[in-house]
Order: sequence, then C-alpha cells, then structure tokens
Amino acid sequence: MSGALLSVENAVVDLPTPRGNLRAVDHVDLAVGAGRTLGIVGESGCGKTMLSRAVLQLLPKKAKLSGRVMFDGQDLTTLSAEKLRKLRGRSLAVVFQDPMTSLNPVLTIGTQLIETIQEHLELDLAEARQRSIELLAAVGIPAPEQRLAQYPHQLSGGMRQRVAIAVALSCEPKLLIADEPTTALDVTIQAQILDLLAREQQRRHMAMIIITHDLGVVAGRTDEVAVMYAGRVVERAPTPALFKQMRMPYTEALLAALPKLDVAPHTPLPAISGRPPDPTRPLKGCSFSPRCRYSAGRCASEKPQLCSAETPEHLYACFHPIAARVGA
Amino acid sequence: MLQAAPNPLMKVENLVVEYSVGGKTIHAVSDVSLEIARGETLGLVGESGCGKSTLGRAVLQLRQAVSGKVLFDGHDLTTLKGEPLRQMRRRVQLIFQDPIASLNPRRRIGDIVAEPLVIAGVKDPEERKRRVAEVLSAVGLDPALVSGRLPHEFSGGQCQRICIARSLVLNPEFVICDEPVSALDVSIRAQILNLLEEMKARYGLTLLFIAHDLAVVKAVSDRVAVMYLGRLCEVGPSEQLFARPAHPYTALLIEAIPVPDPDVRPTQSVPVGEPPSPIAPPSGCRFRTRCPRADARCASEVPELRLVATGQFAACHHPLI
Repeated sequence: MSGALLSVENAVVDLPTPRGNLRAVDHVDLAVGAGRTLGIVGESGCGKTMLSRAVLQLLPKKAKLSGRVMFDGQDLTTLSAEKLRKLRGRSLAVVFQDPMTSLNPVLTIGTQLIETIQEHLELDLAEARQRSIELLAAVGIPAPEQRLAQYPHQLSGGMRQRVAIAVALSCEPKLLIADEPTTALDVTIQAQILDLLAREQQRRHMAMIIITHDLGVVAGRTDEVAVMYAGRVVERAPTPALFKQMRMPYTEALLAALPKLDVAPHTPLPAISGRPPDPTRPLKGCSFSPRCRYSAGRCASEKPQLCSAETPEHLYACFHPIAARVGA
Repeated sequence: MLQAAPNPLMKVENLVVEYSVGGKTIHAVSDVSLEIARGETLGLVGESGCGKSTLGRAVLQLRQAVSGKVLFDGHDLTTLKGEPLRQMRRRVQLIFQDPIASLNPRRRIGDIVAEPLVIAGVKDPEERKRRVAEVLSAVGLDPALVSGRLPHEFSGGQCQRICIARSLVLNPEFVICDEPVSALDVSIRAQILNLLEEMKARYGLTLLFIAHDLAVVKAVSDRVAVMYLGRLCEVGPSEQLFARPAHPYTALLIEAIPVPDPDVRPTQSVPVGEPPSPIAPPSGCRFRTRCPRADARCASEVPELRLVATGQFAACHHPLI
C-alpha cells in the first residue's frame, strides 16, 4: 500500500529452538495508514506478538527476521541500534498486556514519565513535569499531581495501564502498538481503556495496531482486521466487510466458538476440534486444514496463498472460501 | 428467601470470610446466602477481588469462615473436622483456573488421576486402574496413550481435561469450577465448556461455576449470582437476568462486554471508575461509589436482597425493574 505509515513486507521470523526451527511469522504483509486502526487477531502462539516485536525491532536475540519493515519512509531492519532507540518511544510507542511488568517498580510514576519526555523532547524539568501532569489527566487519572510521586504498586491494574498509555503517548507517537492492552483487566475497566485508546488515537491522528485474541475487541474499534493462524495472515479485510462476510473458515469458526449473550444457556458451542499445529513441524498444506470442516482435496497438500476475490481489500488464504460454497 | 428448590444440595447461609493482611482486615465475603438445587448449575460472576473465588474455597472449607453456615446435603461443613470432613469432601470437588499449574509436573497422568482414589482408601490397584481409565475416556483422552505420560507433554486444553477427569474419579455430586476456561484459547474454551456440560449430564453433577466472563457463565448456567466487593448484588435465572438486569452493577457488566459485531458501536462507557478497596468498603451499598443511581439512602443503609421478579432477587434501593 502506498502512502502507508507502516508497511510490513514479506516478513519472516525464525526462532531456533532445541526442537528445531520455529517459524513464528511466515511471510506476512501488512500496512497501516496515519489515523487508522488495524486489529491483529489470533490465538496464543499464532505469531501476533512476534510480528509486533518485529515491527518494534525488539525480537529475541536469536531470532532471524527477513523482509522489510518500512516505517515513515525508512526500513527499520537496516537502522542502527542508536537510531532505533531514538525512534522507539518517540514516534513508535507500545503498550503491553501487563502494566506491572512494563512499568519500573522502583521508580515513581513521575520519574518514568519525565524521563521518557526528556529523553526524546527538548524540555526542561518544569516543562516535562507540567506535560506529565497533563498526560495523566488526559488518560483519566484523578489528582495527577499527587500521582507523580507514587509508585506503580500503589495503583490498581486499570490505573497502571492508564499510566503505561500516558508514557506511550508522552512524545506524540505516530504509531501506537497495543499488545493485548486489556487482557489483564476486568471487563468494566477494559471498556474504559479501549475508549481511552480510541479517543486519543482520533485526537492525535495516530496510527494504531491493536493485538488481541478477542474478536469482540476489534469489532467496534478498528478500521481493518488481520486474522493470524500458525504464523500467517489468513484473512485480512476492512472490519465491516470481515464481519459481514467472513471468507476464511478459521475466522468463522473462531467467531462461532465465542459464547454469546443472546444464546440460551446449555446450547452446545460450535467448538473447533483439535488444536493449532506444532510450529516446529510446519504442514505442507493449509495449516488450518486438519481442524477445518470444509477441508478437501488439495487443502492438505498445497498452501493457499492470500488473495482477493471480489474486492481488492478483502484477502483470504483458502481454497474453499465460505461464500463461494453457498449455492455451489 | 432465595429458595431454589425445597431441598437444595448446597446451602450457604450468611457466610462471612475475612483475611488479615498487615493488621488490616479484608472483607472478602460479607453475609452471602445462596442455594444450589440438585442438578443445577449456578454461575457466580464478578470482577477480580469481588470474593467469588474465596466464596468457592470457603464452601469447600479450604478457607475458614468467620461466621455463617455451609450446608451440604443437610450437613454443616463449617462444624465438621477430621475424618467426617474428609468423607464429605469426597462428594465435593474443585477444578482450578490454571490447568498446568494444578498438575504435579513430575508425576504420570495415570497416577495423578488415581491420587484421589488412593487418598479415599481404594486399595485394589485393578479397581483404581479401571476407574482412571473410565474417567479419562469420558473426558475424551485415550487411557492407554496418556496414563504413562507427564503433564508437560500436554497442551493447556488437554491438561484441563485431565484436571476434570481427576475431579470426577471419586464420583462427586458437587463440583466447583473456578475460572476453568479463562486460561484457555477461544477455540479450546468451547471444547472444555461443552465437555463440562457433557460430564454434568453423564454423572448427574451439580455445579458452582465461577468466572468473570458473563457470556461464558451464561452458556452453562441455569441461574446466575453477581457479586461485588464481597456482597451478592443479584441472583436470578440466567436468561431473565441478562435480558432484564435489576441491579445497576449487573447492567454495567453486561454493557461492558465487547460485542463481536461492528454495527454495534461500543457505548462510550460512563466514567464509572474502579472498585474501591475491600479493606475499607463503602458504607451502605458497596456499589454506590460507581452507581449512577446512588443517593443518600444508599450510603446509610445496606440494601437487602429482595424479590424483583419471578426467581430474581436484587440488593438495591433503586432497582432497574
């Protein structure tokens, strides 16, 4: 996609393990434009976090990345460590799942915010402090001035995640990656944090990537969704189009397997049988085919490529996409 | 009040559980009463720290209650000790959230599942083997293939199957499931929920199903109880409770669930803040600090659970119905 702020081109991440090579990310292409939100959905081990680490250039030391990660006109895979450090936190920010591990437990909230701001922006202490107070207020933290002197353990999980978001937003990033930002939080807090992210994203015209295992989280809050399975993007579409007409059987099965409030109690759930394949033993054909109820013919022997049918934005990797079967 | 059936299998009366942490008292469960009928699944929902797991443990006497009764099949478990309590516990089992952590990594699956039989004094190894094979097959595992293997050889979903098999090996009547699927992936979660339903039918179980996910709870429960900060807010038949919640907290929980449909725009959540500390819970109604309907009475008077619709009870001075 031209004009995208971030574009990941043909990314492959290999991790050596005692059991052999683990291909965590397998030829992934993605793009996000300024002011847009991309959702990456998948179950644990599907490669969604490794993909975000590849974008941030924060992969484990032993991991091998090939392909390009173009961000704001430069290929991040070719940048020096020093240049990357300047970029991360400044224009490329991240919010992780567990706010307790992303905040330093022995530094006050104020120190962590002011340090980040002074590292990247030319502000003196008083200005950085003032900006910190404004940021905490913006993310909905009551009495922000007093909070500056507090340590992470003195705050609740929801408040800590707000602080982590304030740190991420502190230097007006162009892209914010939120990796399972609400998974560790309660449902009422989850809604508040997702609203906060959406509000700040719009206000700052940031690009945002939300990584989650919950299709419910991406439904109302993203422009585009990429569904990952066994390291590959298996379906990618504008959010309304995806939910209107899922083409990839895995996406359909994932949505069907969610318990829903409008279904009567004791209705058996349409579960997906089996489990994801062992990533160190790649399958020859479609990696979902052993669990797919539509699997037939070449599904087990040939890998379907990501392609589009009627609209160029809606891509899927399947030989037997869902709508084509209707009436066939 | 809260009558589920004339002769409930489990009856919790005015249960109070408190912890002492650094000289301060945490009011984990405050004056909770519940009944669970034979063959029923009661769902228990609430946010973390609301006391739902503590309640489950106090029912099993793994946590001592300050006051109140836990009547199982007419026997008050809080007054039992030693052998009589052990006898009773065989009829009540528990399944935990983290299936991998609840299996001893150094023991073989066959021995792990047989352990309750050993403790219960089943001496005949053939008899134990037969029972283990039966429950392993029931949860969808091949006894010949899995018995000799170690827990690390299994995925999270399979470990939860093993935990379920272990909980069923003594033929219990009552099983407490404490967040049994929250550590599992979406595709595996549905398999385990279906399995629990099958096991319930096959072994005639009564379940207390504790979870924070309302949709998961609704999928398996006949009735649902909602807890907030140690107190019961609302109890009622699942369908009815989700269709017409009476307590503002229940309504807030339902509204907060993300709906997997882009046409349903997420309602901009009202800034309702966070639960206060259970060390110093608010006076009167504990939900009042986050409640849009709260007034002076809510601060001074603890609302009693009272009937709001057929079979539905809410502890609120200003119920929605």
